[in-house]
Amino acid sequence: MSQPTVKEVLFNPILHNNPIGLQILGICSALAVTSNLQTALVMSAALTLVTGFSNLFISMIRSQIPSSIRMIVQMVIIASLVIVVDQILRAYAFSLAKQLSVFVGLIITNCIVMGRAEAFAMQNPPWLSFLDGIGNGLGYSAVLIALGVVRELFGAGKLFGIEIFALTKDGGWYLPNGMLLLPPSAFFLIGLFIWALRAWKKEQVEQPSFRMAPQVINKEAY
Amino acid sequence: MSSKKESTGRTLFVALAVSLVSSVFVAGAAVSLKPVQIENRLLDKQRSILAIAGLGEAKMSAREVKDLFANRISAKVVDLETGEYTDAYDPVTFDPLKSSRDPSLSDVVPGREDIALIKRRERYTTVYMVEQDGKLESLILPVRGYGLWSTLHGFMAMKSDLNTVVGFGFYQHAETPGLGGEVDNPNWKALWPGKTLFDETGKPVISIVKGGVDPSSPEAGHQVDALAGATLTSNGVDRLLQFWLGEQGFGPYLAKLRTQGV
Repeated sequence: MSQPTVKEVLFNPILHNNPIGLQILGICSALAVTSNLQTALVMSAALTLVTGFSNLFISMIRSQIPSSIRMIVQMVIIASLVIVVDQILRAYAFSLAKQLSVFVGLIITNCIVMGRAEAFAMQNPPWLSFLDGIGNGLGYSAVLIALGVVRELFGAGKLFGIEIFALTKDGGWYLPNGMLLLPPSAFFLIGLFIWALRAWKKEQVEQPSFRMAPQVINKEAY
Repeated sequence: MSSKKESTGRTLFVALAVSLVSSVFVAGAAVSLKPVQIENRLLDKQRSILAIAGLGEAKMSAREVKDLFANRISAKVVDLETGEYTDAYDPVTFDPLKSSRDPSLSDVVPGREDIALIKRRERYTTVYMVEQDGKLESLILPVRGYGLWSTLHGFMAMKSDLNTVVGFGFYQHAETPGLGGEVDNPNWKALWPGKTLFDETGKPVISIVKGGVDPSSPEAGHQVDALAGATLTSNGVDRLLQFWLGEQGFGPYLAKLRTQGV
């Protein structure tokens, strides 16, 4: 097998191998932080950076990590990076850090970061791993930004807090769909996104791992 | 090669080295960013005091907040025991929260009276005032208490009649986003202005009620709707107001203000 190219690792995760769309990872934070575009963007940037750098550092020491403690070593590196990102946000984007509250901390448990460390960085050289992390972060970001745009635009009639649709309560024409601001709406939107993606790229449709058989009564058991 | 990599000594060495490097990295970031964070927290507190007192707009720059705060708000340190002002501490630098952890500057609140679950109450605290031409316009008192997961820190602003709410809100808490976290919801905060806090005898009667306030009831003037899906946070907010407006909290200070004028 040949090594993946830079272009592949960087851009494949956006549509061909999207962490949310195909791997179905990182759903929790995608529900929580996308009710407006600004938090979605900050979360995307934070996750992209953390995934990129955790892949870079893990890949740099991959030949030194004993396999018995590799998960814990990965966790320590990821957790340190997340704490640093959280500290930076608290220092330079205080009100956003307040809105994102626990979700920045929860990047530690975001399956995307851990998944890329284990699946890619442990076997590949640092530069490629770094790009793979950035690429997967971009895949996550693409979905988050799309969700953020739809939810904020149709849920509140705004983008980045700036009014786009004049709301009926201020004498305009648009009656906002409040449900879009609630987390479950992101579930529906992600579902629709995955549907659209798999209708377009048929190869992403998974074969069912088993088929339910009709109920059979086994008389001898009684 | 691989057997050497997997040896116990090697495993311990890698574990220690990774921990050491990571902790230096994290500690370095935390220490070097601390001054900026403290500045931010102070600014956030000032911004919230201004918002609760109904001054200024939500989207003020840091400089505007600082200027407006310096121009309109004056701070004084109050002895909660006697209700008198004290000059022993500088209101700008005095930190009531820190003093509430210092045994020589705070008292244990007896379990039964500790309805806000704060454990220790500081003896001195800082109150804020908005004044216009030397006359009190509104008085802003710090309040805090336990909700469901966290201590909520906030301010209650009242008019110069020391009874009517001007604004109420929290600047720091860690309640569940979407449920208890809705204490930050502007729609909920908008329910507070105009409510009255005390009855004729000066007893705090403000309360948070479940199932909606009946506007025709005589009690409606000091009742506020509870937060949907956040009973424990609502109870916590109710109790912390009872505590801080009552005898254990600002009771003596408010009584003194009422009789002696402001």
